[in-house]
Amino acid sequence: MRRILAALVVLPLLVLLLCPGQGAWAAAPAFTLPALPYPAEALEPAIDATTMTIHHDRHHQAYVDNLNAAVARDPALRGLSLEDLLARASQVPAAVRNNAGGHWNHSFFWTSLSRPEQGGEPSAALEAALVRDFGSLQQFQAAFRAAGLARFGSGWVWLVTDPGGTLQVLSTPNQDNPLMDLAPVGGTPLLGNDVWEHAYYLRYQNRRADYLDAWWSLVDWSVVSDRYAAR
Amino acid sequence: MSCRWTWRSSKGFARFFTLRFTVFMAHTLPALPYDINALEPHISKTTLEFHHGKHHAAYVANLNKLVEGSDLDSKSLEDVITSVAGDASKAGVFNNAAQVWNHSFYWQCMKPGGGGQPSGALAEKINADFGSFEAFVEQFKTAGATQFGSGWAWLVLDGGTLKVTKTANADLPLAHGQKALLTMDVWEHAYYLDYQNKRPDYMATFLDKLVNWDFVAANLAAA
Repeated sequence: MRRILAALVVLPLLVLLLCPGQGAWAAAPAFTLPALPYPAEALEPAIDATTMTIHHDRHHQAYVDNLNAAVARDPALRGLSLEDLLARASQVPAAVRNNAGGHWNHSFFWTSLSRPEQGGEPSAALEAALVRDFGSLQQFQAAFRAAGLARFGSGWVWLVTDPGGTLQVLSTPNQDNPLMDLAPVGGTPLLGNDVWEHAYYLRYQNRRADYLDAWWSLVDWSVVSDRYAAR
Repeated sequence: MSCRWTWRSSKGFARFFTLRFTVFMAHTLPALPYDINALEPHISKTTLEFHHGKHHAAYVANLNKLVEGSDLDSKSLEDVITSVAGDASKAGVFNNAAQVWNHSFYWQCMKPGGGGQPSGALAEKINADFGSFEAFVEQFKTAGATQFGSGWAWLVLDGGTLKVTKTANADLPLAHGQKALLTMDVWEHAYYLDYQNKRPDYMATFLDKLVNWDFVAANLAAA
């Protein structure tokens, strides 16, 4: 009897000691790293396989891990979706804002790209809207490039449909994005490019302009057009 | 240095053109205080070729383009920085001027065979203000690790007390009334070719192998 009692006390303690946080009562991590939708080398030559591997497996993974840790520290945020967290970015701890942004932005980035020259063209509706709001596809691309070059430090450049339905190019610092309540221009992101140095430094070093130019060969316009149709 | 002659309409009593001589002291890229491969294997020659020869050089060139012909073009680098700090309409000047200053300072904060611990008055001051050298290291590494995005970690003298701070992008102690004693660049371009995403490894190497404590001590002595 004494042995059974001892086992009843000791076994749960052993589980706690050996498997911290892994017991059945601990929730599974809320956020997980999505797989790349193509092999790491698929975007060569514009983006090299080494950059893709480090960018996805280490940088994006770190945002996911740090987001899970930051949310775990704040019971009021548990159970909120990624979009919910972004929508209250101005009220959450910096670690939540930064890592929620990092997770969303990178997930969006991977799915915006495809093998070189396989991305097709904008749909008729999207092209008409780009021409309406920028003058031409080329002028949109020039505005996007200029915004990417003008971002001092780390950040992103975006194409969004703003709440009035107008297409706009904007840039956000660090891992902020247009879905955050603190974004100067809100809206539905259609396309985003990462201008953190880690996105391009191994292949382009200081030549951000060359990266921005080469990146167009990867844009999956069918995805961007679908986002526009679903706005 | 470049000189140029400008005609300006006199607003004085004699309404005729006067010839005015102005001097534009162009900002220049300082040479590295050691050979380009001197920090190998901790910071590669390739990294320094880009970091000094491209990034730092671009900040110098951009700054000169922005100030030439303006009322800032006869000011020293420090005066340019303090006169435009906080002025959103001059963010381009501030960013480039501050990055010229930051990088010139950063090169001097390192030397081949550096690292280890300081001695003398600097060591005593660090012990007095942080409790121990290890406590300073801990704070300095935390500042570098938690500077989200691009920026700098600093040891500064603030009102007579040593402090560890971090700044985003080009921002620097001079804009906050503090005296910089030591800095570590945590823009990704400072370490990405050698360390990729492993910023903590770069920071540990910076402290263990590269810091020029003589330079830091001289900055404290001159404060």
